[in-house]
Amino acid sequence: MSISLSNISKSYKKVKAVQDISFDVEPGELFGLIGPDGAGKTTIFRILTTLLIPDEGTATVAGFDVVEDYKAIRNAVGYMPGRFSLYQDLTVEENLTFFATIFGTTIEENYDLIEDIYVQIEPFKDRRAGKLSGGMKQKLALCCALIHKPKVLFLDEPTTGVDPVSRKEFWEMLKRLQKKGITILVSTPYMDEAALCDRIALIQDGEILDIDTPKAIVSKFPKTIYNVGANNMYKLIQALQSYKHLYSVFPFGEFVHYTDKRDSFQIADLKSYLQNKGLANISIEAAQPNIEDAFMELAK
Amino acid sequence: MKKENVIVAEELTKAFGDFKAVNAISFEVKKGEIFGFLGANGAGKTTAMKMLIGISKPSSGQATVAGFDVYTQTESIKKNIGYMSQKFALYDDLTVKENITFFGGIYGLSRAKIKEKREQLVSELGLENISNKLVGSLPLGWKQKLSFSVSLLHEPKIVFLDEPTGGVDPITRRQFWEMIYKAADQGTTIFVTTHYMDEAEYCDRVSIMVEGKIEALDTPKKLKEQFKVDSMNDVFLKLARNIE
Repeated sequence: MSISLSNISKSYKKVKAVQDISFDVEPGELFGLIGPDGAGKTTIFRILTTLLIPDEGTATVAGFDVVEDYKAIRNAVGYMPGRFSLYQDLTVEENLTFFATIFGTTIEENYDLIEDIYVQIEPFKDRRAGKLSGGMKQKLALCCALIHKPKVLFLDEPTTGVDPVSRKEFWEMLKRLQKKGITILVSTPYMDEAALCDRIALIQDGEILDIDTPKAIVSKFPKTIYNVGANNMYKLIQALQSYKHLYSVFPFGEFVHYTDKRDSFQIADLKSYLQNKGLANISIEAAQPNIEDAFMELAK
Repeated sequence: MKKENVIVAEELTKAFGDFKAVNAISFEVKKGEIFGFLGANGAGKTTAMKMLIGISKPSSGQATVAGFDVYTQTESIKKNIGYMSQKFALYDDLTVKENITFFGGIYGLSRAKIKEKREQLVSELGLENISNKLVGSLPLGWKQKLSFSVSLLHEPKIVFLDEPTGGVDPITRRQFWEMIYKAADQGTTIFVTTHYMDEAEYCDRVSIMVEGKIEALDTPKKLKEQFKVDSMNDVFLKLARNIE
């Protein structure tokens, strides 16, 4: 195993940040920790990168124990924290040289690993890191985390606050790094990014809700979902919430996702109920659940 | 049914030297509409919004917000809008009640009105048990919901929301959107700036800014049809790519 956690717990005073977390990440796997702010994602990263000692449980990274062998782990992993943590006053090139030097290597030695990312920011190599755009900062941070050729890469919310174009490019970069044999643990609050991982752990309030491939998690969803639309979203939600056969209703963009308690659900029944409630332009069709549906069902 | 326009912008422009951060944008937003204002980092969203809320003077063009002119009536604009951002929410070391009282005071509400609003808000949000707790101790989702309610305290015609649900768990996020739908249903106009494309899906209409210009403006449904894709995220990717 590249990463292994068994029964890890950590509290800050009274707040239980993570409780009894166990999972394994295989070598070469792209594994996602998916959950909202405050779920405990960053705590897990800090424990695995040896910056925080767990209260209970054990964990290993690249075969080393996170407490006993912390020095070996620090040489074997790359870590990109959620907050931009490079030196704002150093230039792009100076930052990269700095990180290479403290790991006892040079930019040239591992250039092939960062080349396709670094060429995108190389035109700005004399610019101070603090003056870069969000997307470029993120690329520089990734280069700095990779410059010592780590076996395992930890990325804590790398795409938060980044626009869709940069997000897409970033995931393409991760896929290429994975092909080079690097194990990647990445966290994100974006449920749509879950589908891009090999396996994911859904996490909320310090506990894991489920661990599996994105496909398998969605396929376990117990109900048929219907996309329901009407002329007034607020009145539609209110009407559905007072429908006696309701199992769940959640807004999903231009529709709501509706599930029914009964196995014998008839679209026509619901349609006439909604018409009686004064709604118009009603549409109801079966839809595929996604990771967010699964997350909400598990988090109930 | 023709609804009145509460925001009208015509050729609105903001230039910094030779650089046009906002380049002649024109659009209207109707009463009770949920309008998404999208764009990549640096596309000009924030600059445009600053002009609309009366804190930055346009270089050229016209705009009215809640019927007031963005050049000459900025104080009236500020009284008629609410604002909520993911970053600036409430005071962490004041209690729920104290925050409501404080912001009610800032908005110039009478004591009686503040008291009435405070009770109404606490009961609507189901905060009775925690109304004397410090806001800092509440979960993020609660803070966001409370913050939105506080931005509505003075019954503004328009509320500007800046990335309102980033990082919030999926269930709370939907409760938040239900609150937005409710406010819109009651006639409040909602202006959402975001680069989270899943927030865009919830809007009645969205505009997408690219390099200072509005490059697309329609309902999410029609935009998806126009670009032949399934999500606003893909609309955005196609649009950004075409421009390049």
